[in-house]
Amino acid sequence: MPADHIERLRREGRIVIVGASLAGLRAAETLRAEGFAGDLTLIGDEPHEPYDRPPLSKSALLGVASPLRTQLPRRREIDAKWRLGVAATGLDLAAKRVRLADGDEVEYDRLLIATGVRARPWFKEEEARLDGVCVLRTREDAADLARRLRAGPRRVFVIGAGFAGSEVASACREMGLPVSMAERAGAPLVGALGGVVGSVAADLATEHGVDLRTHVTVTALEGDTVGRVRAVHLSDESVVEADVVVVSLGSLRNTEWLTGSGLGAGPRGVACDAGCRAFDFRGIVTDDVFVAGDVARSPHALFGYQFLSLEHWGNAVAQAETAAHNMICDGADRRPHLWMPAFWSSMFGVNIKSVGVPPMGEQLMITQGSLAERRFVGVYGHQGRIVAAVTFDNARWLEFYQRQIERGAPFPVEFPTLDRRPEGRQPVPAGFPDPSLPTHGPMVTLSGYSPADQQLVFHPSRH
Amino acid sequence: MPHASLARRITDFGNRANPYPLYAELRRTPVLHEEEDGPYLISSYYDIEALLHDPRISSDATNLAAAGADGPGGPEETGGLPPSFLRLDPPEHDRLRRIANTGFGPPHRPRRIEGMRGAMREIVTELIDGFGDARRVDLVDQFAYPFPVTVICRLLGVPREDEPTFRTWVDPLVASLDPEKRPGGGQEAEYRQSAQEARMRLGMYLSGLVEERAREPRDDLLSDLVNSRGPDGAMTMMEVLSTSVLLLIAGHETTVNLITNGMLTLLRHPEVLGRLRADPGLSVPVVEELLRYEPPVQLVPQRTCITDIEVRGVTIPKGSRIWLMLAAGNRDPERFEDPDRFDPDRRDIRHLGFGSGIHSCFGAPLARLETQIALSELARRLENPRLVEDPPPYRENAVLRGPRHLDVAFDGLR
Ligand SMILES: Cc1cc2nc3c(=O)[nH]c(=O)nc-3n(C[C@H](O)[C@H](O)[C@H](O)COP(=O)(O)OP(=O)(O)OC[C@H]3O[C@@H](n4cnc5c(N)ncnc54)[C@H](O)[C@@H]3O)c2cc1C
Repeated sequence: MPADHIERLRREGRIVIVGASLAGLRAAETLRAEGFAGDLTLIGDEPHEPYDRPPLSKSALLGVASPLRTQLPRRREIDAKWRLGVAATGLDLAAKRVRLADGDEVEYDRLLIATGVRARPWFKEEEARLDGVCVLRTREDAADLARRLRAGPRRVFVIGAGFAGSEVASACREMGLPVSMAERAGAPLVGALGGVVGSVAADLATEHGVDLRTHVTVTALEGDTVGRVRAVHLSDESVVEADVVVVSLGSLRNTEWLTGSGLGAGPRGVACDAGCRAFDFRGIVTDDVFVAGDVARSPHALFGYQFLSLEHWGNAVAQAETAAHNMICDGADRRPHLWMPAFWSSMFGVNIKSVGVPPMGEQLMITQGSLAERRFVGVYGHQGRIVAAVTFDNARWLEFYQRQIERGAPFPVEFPTLDRRPEGRQPVPAGFPDPSLPTHGPMVTLSGYSPADQQLVFHPSRH
Repeated sequence: MPHASLARRITDFGNRANPYPLYAELRRTPVLHEEEDGPYLISSYYDIEALLHDPRISSDATNLAAAGADGPGGPEETGGLPPSFLRLDPPEHDRLRRIANTGFGPPHRPRRIEGMRGAMREIVTELIDGFGDARRVDLVDQFAYPFPVTVICRLLGVPREDEPTFRTWVDPLVASLDPEKRPGGGQEAEYRQSAQEARMRLGMYLSGLVEERAREPRDDLLSDLVNSRGPDGAMTMMEVLSTSVLLLIAGHETTVNLITNGMLTLLRHPEVLGRLRADPGLSVPVVEELLRYEPPVQLVPQRTCITDIEVRGVTIPKGSRIWLMLAAGNRDPERFEDPDRFDPDRRDIRHLGFGSGIHSCFGAPLARLETQIALSELARRLENPRLVEDPPPYRENAVLRGPRHLDVAFDGLR
């Protein structure tokens, strides 16, 4: 009896969550809030209780907030067994067990995978080990980088001008540190927002004193005799001396522990259905394994059912809540994860927000404000529909555009809007790079329909 | 007598003490348009919230004038002053509001309001001490009015002694906000003229102070307004004046009503008053719930659409006037559970009391703090307070709604 079964699961079932961060915690809280009374185990390879990451590239670098004090606020008691500081190393789908690095095994009736992503390291291992070469994903990373910045390096070099890289460069400038930033594309944020908006970000960065180098890749990091980084070599043959190098080349999904498990998991994440149920490698949905957060890849009805991987804070929360709800429900009580992709960032004193999936848009219209003033609303269109919007210092209008996206409103935007300038009357190409070429970690990546696509490989030639 | 339109019943003074049943009736037709050339009344929470963020809705006084709704701020009746940012659209609105904000809030002056906490408490203490041996006071005249006026004077740098003078100009300006006094209300010409004159005089009065501050800046908002040289450049002298007129008036009237509505509500809910007496920290959620339950600004009658828009299947034609019924939205059962209950323990309380979007109340941090201090101190110090008259007499104004007097009896001061 399915109904009975769910009742039992809620009363005395065993639920295991792997990944004890934002998505893991919010899922645990939702499970309890919705009446799950059974055994709850959270497994996390970091030694800390769940903490928040967005401040790590912002206030934490400036020393405004301590990177060691970004614990996530708790919404409620979760009464869970915590297995912190120990990684999950394997999954036996048939026996419903998670294997741990310390040799232990944990059985589950329902499993949630929330292992997120990690920073993509510098691709030459030896150079990556040089003292002063940093990445930024964890609390320790942030503490280390903050310490190095406080020590007053002669120059910081940021590799990759995505959101994270640009935020780091912005923090450096705010601290008065000389900083260079290299980007393979023609401008910062190109992968996430396209070339038109990217050029605004480029102006912002240069005006704030960032030595921005575009259309170049870093070819090598050079160390001194005692193993400290001292210079960065670029594809245009230039060499920049720097004693801190921040590698900001996007992320890798934490799915290796699932290798061989039979799940549809790979470098693009763990594919799942709209109800957060993981697919196995044959593309068949499982019924007891769920996935949420940065590691998930799920189809979105509003965007042509494309599988979206979103590295967004809000998505992690919403998806965790949906997954948790569905874990202890049956059939018709289950909900789809229909979260509208949304992202925020701040750099060089500008507040940037977006909704929808900008990289899906071929065209862009500036419907309010102006690019030159760096205060605007940009609307992205795909095949006659609005699919995304971005605001620079204009966030209060975003809600309106979100509703337009939800309604599949037509593009180009024909109705007049307040503060529409002549430049905003016609759509222009949004300027995304050819999708067949890899970019540096766009915050949103779109992939095809196949949930078991494990073909993506890292192309070192990019650097 | 033919059935009066809902809009007229709402502005009718007879319904001032309790307009909420009318709002409930209104919400049954979420987009209500009763008379040709009349406004479209929007009363449900989600619609109001959406329209406050809709870039097709204008606050520009000239657009409104075109829609046949001149009020103060219409082009020919600004009393020589340009419209304030309240009556402008972006980009002008944004520029002026940003400049005004550099002297008021973060990032430039993050602690300006919080830094007035001590001074506010002193003023409140003085006013309550001033009740002396009385066992009955009119809380409006003796407390709720003088307190915010003193605060806004201090913040702007306007001499408190001049209050009786500028009050004679503020009153007609505030009265003219009432849609009853608008075209169709019958008394428009008279009110328009006196409002125009009042605005001009107030501007002239302030220009003297502003000139002084230009020569000799002090630590006040007028000095910041006239001397600001940020990335947005400076305001013109006329812009400084219309901004100061706006701030002086807004700082004058809304908080008075919030405090008075607040005390009235607390006296009607003695258990909450008791809890507040024991725990001044409760004033924070109490004030938020008040802003939902009895907001001083009941409606925003100054919007018009610059293109045809559709709301709940109704097409509102370009150029129509739109009234956003904030107080009705705040009691919308679609949004708030048990909305007619005053419940400071509510968890989810994103009310429309301060509006929302780019025109959301500029003075919100100030009004919040003032009201928190005022209510917690009244609760703490008045012994056994009770209402003398319920409902109390109300002001005429349907937009800025609140009691004209609030007689409160008590056994003594603590
Ligand atoms: C510096 C920085 C700034 C950011 N800024 C923003 C921002 O401004 N706006 C925004 O929307 N988003 C931002 N993000 C993204 C946001 O933080 C993520 O979307 C969010 O953290 C995702 O949560 P998650 O729980 O899915 O994944 P994670 O937070 O990555 O958590 C996954 C956890 O699982 C652990 N784990 C991995 N493998 C295993 C294993 N095998 N066994 C056990 N545990 C494992 C990981 O160590 C980690 O603790 C930022 C991220 C970073 C790093």
